[in-house]
Amino acid sequence: MTRSAGGPAWNRRHLLGLEGLSADELACVLDTAESFKEVSTRSVKKVPALRGRVVVNLFYEPSTRTRVSFALAATRLSADVVDFAASTSSARKGETLRDTARNIEAMGVDIVVVRHSAPGAADHLARVLDASVVNAGDGAHEHPTQGLLDVFTIREALGRVQGLRVAIVGDIAHSRVARSNIWGLRTLGAEVVLVGPSTLVPAAFREMGCEVSHSLDDVLPEVDVINMLRIQQERLLAAPFPSLREYTRLFGLTARRMARARPEVIVMHPGPMNRGVEIAPDVADGPRSVILRQVANGLAVRMAVLYLVAGGRPAAREADPRRAAAPRGEGREVLRGAAARTGGAR
Amino acid sequence: MTRLVVRGGRVIDPAEGLDRVADVLIEDGRVRGVGPAGTPADQVIDARGRWVVPGLIDMHVHLREPGQEEVETIASGCEAAVRGGFTTVVAMPNTDPAVDSEASAEFVILQAARAARARVLPVGAITKGRRGEELSEMAGLVRGGAVAFSDDGSTVRSAEVMRQGLLYARMLGRPVIAHQEDADLNGGGVMHAGRVSVVLGLPGKSSASEEITVARDIKLAEVTGAHLHCAHVSTAGTVDLVRRAKARGLRVTAEVTPHHLSLTDECVRGFDSVYKMCPPLRTAEDVEALREGLRDGTIDAIASDHAPHSPEEKEVEFSLAPDGVIGLETTLGVVLTDLVHEGRLGPARAIEAMTAAPARILGIQRGTLRPGCDADLTVIDPELRWEVDPSRFASKSRNCPFAGRTLTGRAVSTVVGGRVVWTLDGVRG
Repeated sequence: MTRSAGGPAWNRRHLLGLEGLSADELACVLDTAESFKEVSTRSVKKVPALRGRVVVNLFYEPSTRTRVSFALAATRLSADVVDFAASTSSARKGETLRDTARNIEAMGVDIVVVRHSAPGAADHLARVLDASVVNAGDGAHEHPTQGLLDVFTIREALGRVQGLRVAIVGDIAHSRVARSNIWGLRTLGAEVVLVGPSTLVPAAFREMGCEVSHSLDDVLPEVDVINMLRIQQERLLAAPFPSLREYTRLFGLTARRMARARPEVIVMHPGPMNRGVEIAPDVADGPRSVILRQVANGLAVRMAVLYLVAGGRPAAREADPRRAAAPRGEGREVLRGAAARTGGAR
Repeated sequence: MTRLVVRGGRVIDPAEGLDRVADVLIEDGRVRGVGPAGTPADQVIDARGRWVVPGLIDMHVHLREPGQEEVETIASGCEAAVRGGFTTVVAMPNTDPAVDSEASAEFVILQAARAARARVLPVGAITKGRRGEELSEMAGLVRGGAVAFSDDGSTVRSAEVMRQGLLYARMLGRPVIAHQEDADLNGGGVMHAGRVSVVLGLPGKSSASEEITVARDIKLAEVTGAHLHCAHVSTAGTVDLVRRAKARGLRVTAEVTPHHLSLTDECVRGFDSVYKMCPPLRTAEDVEALREGLRDGTIDAIASDHAPHSPEEKEVEFSLAPDGVIGLETTLGVVLTDLVHEGRLGPARAIEAMTAAPARILGIQRGTLRPGCDADLTVIDPELRWEVDPSRFASKSRNCPFAGRTLTGRAVSTVVGGRVVWTLDGVRG
């Protein structure tokens, strides 16, 4: 399914991951997000781009900021938003992911935003649904909108991505945020160095074009960006490192460690933070932190993603199972108009 | 006296060192001879331009009966077998209940007799309920018809229980077919641990997990003097371990599946669970080592590990889907297409790996056209091109990783005990 409303660089119906996206496609999302960011500064924070469209948030894992961010993004585009929270365990007993999603789709949904603990869950839905699928995190696989908002924040703060050196610190092995960041940053020409204990930073990541280091102190003086990942304490049962205390001693970002970093470095964290574990409070709230900007940018990036994946398709028509094949001209015009009103999508 | 003549085919019988154009004469269900069959016959199979080989033996299948008759029965599995050219299949005991007693082995044989398609040889569980704790009544299983022992689907976790099982099996003169992976080391792995699993964020099963267990079992085979058969070997390291064990004169044999000879972990990109099985698809280097091991005889046999699952079970998130793919109806075609026609394996060695080798491992008088043997044979058209369409399979399941592929070569006629049990539609007979 192809369309042109998002500009020549965007041609996709789904956003399942950042792997395989070209530099042009990434730039297209970032540029679109920039134009949407302006909407947040208005007194009426809404554009009619997705009026009449339905977005469902299908969340099988607990999430606060990603779910709210998607809901707000859809609302600002004038789409109707439905929240569907299901626990994986109850779904496992009864209805399958595929059946749940198809049932929801049958109610006339245009975009399914899915968060699930199983890697590939979004790919799975994209195979069985006619609706657009946006991956809001699938196990340890990808979290593409987080990757995009991180890249967006870096570009905004430092003016470029190409040629920068970015450290991602923490539990890389289990991190979908790390994977999406790696694809986005590498494609746009940044260097990525992964930092953490050997049990959480497998050497196999070198094959994704990254460097691997087990010393934060060695890496700090040479990077432009420090992205601190959350240590997932619920995973500690698997004992990937001896104790939180030892982890913090080796890999916690403290003010003392920050003294080794370049003065213009920026500090990021995808949240939720474990203050005092991977990041010290004075660093998280300090002058080099862009953590709250990440959250604000997340909204603009998600608006851009919803807008682009919906591009050019007519609004859902009730009880018309063949809506995917319905004429497209009208919807495209609406979107073009919306894009013009928000300063253009390109 | 009933006489059947299979006329004018290229007769390949590796057990007899035979590879030439000849007639095969069958009288009263037994092979009478290979050569010019001048005498009149009651029935003639025209095999000109075809291969005539001993009935193929698949020494590793899951027929799911008793317990999961909705995905396969002994009857449907046997129909799939004869359509794939197999006249004998060896049924793994991980049914529900497990085949761990004399009566349960007899049940398998009885159901196979009722189906009257392929022969079925049951494997008995090493341990009661396949729980890895106490030995099953292995002598009773042999009385019931079991030809080997295996807890396939699970590794016997305790080295001491495995040692005792090997020792007891040795007394009974039967091999132990070992499923080899270290569950602790595997963690929650659902695919091969490597570059692709890192990219996909799926937990991996390392090659080391298989090789550590293979090494353990080889040592146990050495100290017990038992015959260890390594099921579905999948890594280059395992091939190396088996090669060295054989060089030291140990009674160690091995089998490999067509999917491990043909596919790699790259297939898992896209998260399609039709590529999920145990052991998992490995890397291109592993595939090359497995092919070399098959060529040089380190790996003795090819076996399908036919493992039916319903679409409801299989079409879920990759990490939740059960392991296993079906193979009875594609094994021969995949071996001919990807190995023989590509020049990677000679026809005689390929046929040997599916006839004489499994017969030798299991100690059964099959897998040859030697005069006096049961007349089980398969007529193969090595050049017939066909598209794999699981919706037309005799198997009740559809979880086939080769769906949609065009293969070159397949069985066109299958004879069990002198009776033509299956002929491909539209084939001259």
